[in-house]
Amino acid sequence: MTTHVFKPDMPPPGNRIGIVAWARANLFSSWLNTLLTLFAFYLIWLIVPPLLSWTILDANWVGSTRADCTKDGACWVFIQQRFGQFMYGYYPTELRWRVDLSVWLAVIGAAPLFISRFKHKAIYGLGFLVVYPILAYSLLHGGHWGLTNVATSQWGGLMLTLVIATVGIAGALPLGILLALGRRSDMPAIRVVCVTFIEFWRGVPLITVLFMSSVMLPLFLPEGMNFDKLLRALIGVILFQSAYVAEVVRGGLQAIPKGQYEAAAAMGLGYWRSMGLVILPQALKLVIPGIVNTFIALFKDTSLVIIIGLFDLLNSVKQAAADPTWLGMATEGYVFAALVFWIFCFGMSRYSMHLEHKLDTGHKR
Amino acid sequence: MSEAIKKTASAEGIIQMQGVNKWYGQFHVLKDINLNVQPGERIVLCGPSGSGKSTTIRCLNRLEEHQQGRIVVDGVELTNDIKQIESVRREVGMVFQHFNLFPHLTILQNCTLAPMWVRKMPKRKAEEIAMHYLERVRIPEQAHKYPGQLSGGQQQRVAIARALCMKPKIMLFDEPTSALDPEMVKEVLDTMIGLAEDGMTMLCVTHEMGFARTVANRVIFMDKGEIVEEAAPNDFFDNPQNDRTKLFLNQILH
Amino acid sequence: MQTKVGAPKPRLSLGDPRVRGWLFQIITVALVVFMGWYLFNNTQTNLQHRGITSGFDFLQRSAGFGIAQHLIDYTESDSYSRVFLIGLLNTLLVSVIGIVLATILGFIVGIARLSSNWMISKLATVYVEVFRNIPPLLQILFWYFAVFLTMPGPRNSHNFADIFYMSSRGLNMPAAVGTEAFWPFMASVLLAIVAVVLMVRRANQRFEETGVPFHKFWVGLALMLVIPGLCVLLFGTPVHWEMPQLKGFNFVGGWVLIPELLALTIALTVYTAAFIAEIVRSGIKSVSHGQTEAARSLGLRPGPTLRKVIIPQALRVIIPPLTSQYLNLVKNSSLAAGIGYPEMVSLFAGTVLNQTGQAIEVIAITMSVYLAISISISLLMNWYNTRIALIER
Repeated sequence: MTTHVFKPDMPPPGNRIGIVAWARANLFSSWLNTLLTLFAFYLIWLIVPPLLSWTILDANWVGSTRADCTKDGACWVFIQQRFGQFMYGYYPTELRWRVDLSVWLAVIGAAPLFISRFKHKAIYGLGFLVVYPILAYSLLHGGHWGLTNVATSQWGGLMLTLVIATVGIAGALPLGILLALGRRSDMPAIRVVCVTFIEFWRGVPLITVLFMSSVMLPLFLPEGMNFDKLLRALIGVILFQSAYVAEVVRGGLQAIPKGQYEAAAAMGLGYWRSMGLVILPQALKLVIPGIVNTFIALFKDTSLVIIIGLFDLLNSVKQAAADPTWLGMATEGYVFAALVFWIFCFGMSRYSMHLEHKLDTGHKR
Repeated sequence: MSEAIKKTASAEGIIQMQGVNKWYGQFHVLKDINLNVQPGERIVLCGPSGSGKSTTIRCLNRLEEHQQGRIVVDGVELTNDIKQIESVRREVGMVFQHFNLFPHLTILQNCTLAPMWVRKMPKRKAEEIAMHYLERVRIPEQAHKYPGQLSGGQQQRVAIARALCMKPKIMLFDEPTSALDPEMVKEVLDTMIGLAEDGMTMLCVTHEMGFARTVANRVIFMDKGEIVEEAAPNDFFDNPQNDRTKLFLNQILH
Repeated sequence: MQTKVGAPKPRLSLGDPRVRGWLFQIITVALVVFMGWYLFNNTQTNLQHRGITSGFDFLQRSAGFGIAQHLIDYTESDSYSRVFLIGLLNTLLVSVIGIVLATILGFIVGIARLSSNWMISKLATVYVEVFRNIPPLLQILFWYFAVFLTMPGPRNSHNFADIFYMSSRGLNMPAAVGTEAFWPFMASVLLAIVAVVLMVRRANQRFEETGVPFHKFWVGLALMLVIPGLCVLLFGTPVHWEMPQLKGFNFVGGWVLIPELLALTIALTVYTAAFIAEIVRSGIKSVSHGQTEAARSLGLRPGPTLRKVIIPQALRVIIPPLTSQYLNLVKNSSLAAGIGYPEMVSLFAGTVLNQTGQAIEVIAITMSVYLAISISISLLMNWYNTRIALIER
């Protein structure tokens, strides 16, 4: 019997490591690739230097009026001067701490939900979802506890964008879950009602929904009863969004194996209990990334309230850019708004991808 | 087109590997592999997982590229030249662990695709040949079904027929039975035994030791990217010369 | 004890799930009907109090306002129904242009993301991540207010070889005006197409019979060039180009693409292409590497591998989400309301609604059009899905 002596591991031949080898493999592996690389460099050269000089190198950072912008680049003075309006709209300056406080409350309040060691997430989360809106509404709207009333017509800027998006999703979630359950129900009448409802809202653009809620809703209501503009928009957004949430939740319900439904039934649980205790907790966990994605879509869609005359972030920018004292600042304004929207949407899409990845590994056998 | 292919005349055998080394990044997967295969030889490669046996046969039709050494298949050396590679691939059939049938084509279309597009064969002729080989693997009646409608064993037999339709000189089998349910292993192995009886040159990565014993001329044991031992099957199983081989056989036979 | 076993008594009770199911459904339907009645009733009273007569008679009335872009003839005295038609046509125009351009750009970017070239794939990733995370309306406003409206006026317009002029009034370009040779030319093009189809058929048939391939592409190209070319030689040029001329403060002659149309199409194209790129990428990635390996090991060259193995499988994954992106683009074209491009929503649900006050009718018509488009596309999609579904057992 011989004992095999293994040969030692050798490093790969020299031309396979190092930056030169990397570039050869990834950038210049063939003449076509070399051409593409050169094309890419050309594109970058075309875009990046002018962009850099406009946004940073030649930009104007200090001053207080349009006349202070003497250099060729962007006039960020405009953004500085109007920053308050972009963030809070016409919310009274001395009361803006109330907005800040609500944001901090949301951040601090939601923080435990992101700590993986925190045990009572479900109960805490539900409680938070009930308590926070009341608290935030009282803070923002005022009118009691010695807080001055701030009418919703004064709300605006990024704050209004966030209000519409969060209220929209919070309202759409329960409605969407019910619709999803209804769509998968055994009862034909319920199914027809839910399918019609869902397909209707998914078939029309949000803009027509907003038109509808702003001009038709007053006609639907009994005489003398009227909502303010924001509430009408919110109703439209919630109804519209619930259809999309319903489709996401339905996907989650379908992903739950049949055995789970049978096991719940075998334990003698009725419909609502087996849904509430067994199916939904699993399904909702699966669809969190999908919900985050619909939230991103909603967040982008909030900009449409411009059409019915609400002053969200985008409309504030549009308004400010039309100000005669700041003419020609449209580019700066839209770039700033784009950056804010981008940070939110990109951040959330990364978070959703991270969740998907986590769920993916959690479900592997 | 054959003018462009550089034939390396040799009396050495239909496959020659000389001092072949391969790395995945920094990882040294194949170490100094030397192997000569004569026409009509039937070789079984075995060894623990990650030992480089699949990589070795995948180098033979350049699904993997080697960095050092020479590989000559049917007189054609495998280099970066795509023409050389394609001429080798025409002569070398391969059967995969997961069948890799084309799910959007019927069984017959799976079999006629390459003859028509590579051998430029008329459709009717290609279909005749395909039916001939489908009969040989004993599933002609499934010709107009789709792969998804067949069992695993049937799919693997179709994969063998598909490779045979190119009339290859060499067949490579990469763990052809390890993705199959136990009751389907035999039908695939029987097909392979039939091929061996017709004198096909075969290289087979498998853990089916019964198959190795009855069919192979030579068994090659690989471990950690090296050929540790090679011998005729009887010697290999009854009298392994190497401690690693013995250890492996103990694990696999019990 | 034995008396308890046996068929259940057919007595109706609230404990029976079927009875409860029926009850629940009846209550739901009753609620829906009641809600409908309640809303209808309120609307009736409200309309009466405001003195609005409902009905679709208003469609026949004369509109009395001008429209910046109309594909069919229009004067201010035309009826609201013609305004609706113009809006619908403009929606379709933007949608079709947007879908074609977004598909081309999206496929290029999606394939670029899979490129082995590191620079190209990173650039494509940056494109996708930047543009899909910015609201489409913001992009439309940016192109309109920050790009096209800040262009110089017609007198200082950017001049591209005296053929195209780009100014704040839009893109002026030559118009093609048909000559008497126009119809013969069209006939020759038709003839060429027929010839190519016949040639391809014959070539495919011959390939199946003999296995001899035919240079379909080059012969087809030659046919497409030679037949219409002969026609031009015989009958003369089929169109003459009417160049835009600067007269006073604006251009006359030629065609003009108004800045609203440009902003809308560019923004929608760029935004939708980012999503299409992701769909294309994941579609191609969904075809397992084993398929490529199997094709290669059979000796198939990269071209046939792509055409016969990868693309047919990737398309099954790509097409359903792709159509829903097309649908999104059609719906997003309504964002034109933000810059006043005269498509259906801004023209009909905006201007016409304001002028007539017929809110319910106008919104109902607008929504019905979108619903009709959505439903017909999803029916088409269901048909396609059942047709191409991989047959499994």
